[in-house]
Amino acid sequence: MADRTAHAAPAEHTSTGLPSTKLAMWLFLASECLLFGALITTYVLYRGASTTGPYPNEIFDIRYTSVSSFVLLASSLTMVLALTAADQRDFARMRLWLIATAMLGLTFVGGQVYEFTSFYHEGLTLKSNLFGTTFYVLTGFHGVHVTVGILMLLSLVGMSWAGRLPDDQAFPVEMVGLYWHFVDIVWIVIFTLVYLIPSPAPQ
Amino acid sequence: MSLDPHGSARATTSTAHAEYHPSTREYLRVGLILFALTCLEVYLSYSSLGGWKLITLLLSCTVIKFLMVVGYFMHLKFDNGRFSRLFALGAVGAFTLYVVVLLIFGVWGH
Repeated sequence: MADRTAHAAPAEHTSTGLPSTKLAMWLFLASECLLFGALITTYVLYRGASTTGPYPNEIFDIRYTSVSSFVLLASSLTMVLALTAADQRDFARMRLWLIATAMLGLTFVGGQVYEFTSFYHEGLTLKSNLFGTTFYVLTGFHGVHVTVGILMLLSLVGMSWAGRLPDDQAFPVEMVGLYWHFVDIVWIVIFTLVYLIPSPAPQ
Repeated sequence: MSLDPHGSARATTSTAHAEYHPSTREYLRVGLILFALTCLEVYLSYSSLGGWKLITLLLSCTVIKFLMVVGYFMHLKFDNGRFSRLFALGAVGAFTLYVVVLLIFGVWGH
């Protein structure tokens, strides 16, 4: 059964009738589409253009990356559960779900660091070939975004504990949630385009 | 929405805010579908399917997952339509722009 909630933004008068913070967040996310679009396009453009190895098919471990994808998907679920708890003004449960989301995010980033390290030992560096350059830049940028998200989540938890969030804690949680889910959808695209779709045979 | 003394349209933001959020059960259902679609993607990547069939199926799963997260977890399905249009401007704009770039560079020509 669906519940109806009205976790309104702090009352403010704007010429658009929409909360400025939320409008700015969506504008920011729209611009991020262009950033990640450029990075993904560059990867797709050059992944089959390397003249020396290692090549994608030689080093990708789909099973390992699949687990990372499940972890990030699970973190999106815990994020919306945090928002639901904030809507219900159950702030202790909200903090618990926020911490769970941050921990899942940390697991993802840890997995990425491990993956990068093992690729490095297999000879794939930022300079080794075009695949390496575009792969590290794309997934590295995404990893940085996840890390920023974790910092935002932990800041929310800290501010909530310290009582420094406004009475309606759902609004800041929703804003951080938008950013977190965006990071998740970017990974959904990266996972398919980079890892699952077979790359062209080396030239 | 009301008019202020200067005649500009103003409204309190709370009236324009999303009034409906899915329940926990709905979120869990969406989460399960996302999980199942990811399993399907991984299965497909190990299957004997190849070429455009595989790519089309994988991209279809990706688009469904993308729309589900944006619609349910980010609440665009229930929120003010202007947020959807703003985000679509970036997402569809980026998609169109980069598909054109890939076409120009002849990525699918080889």
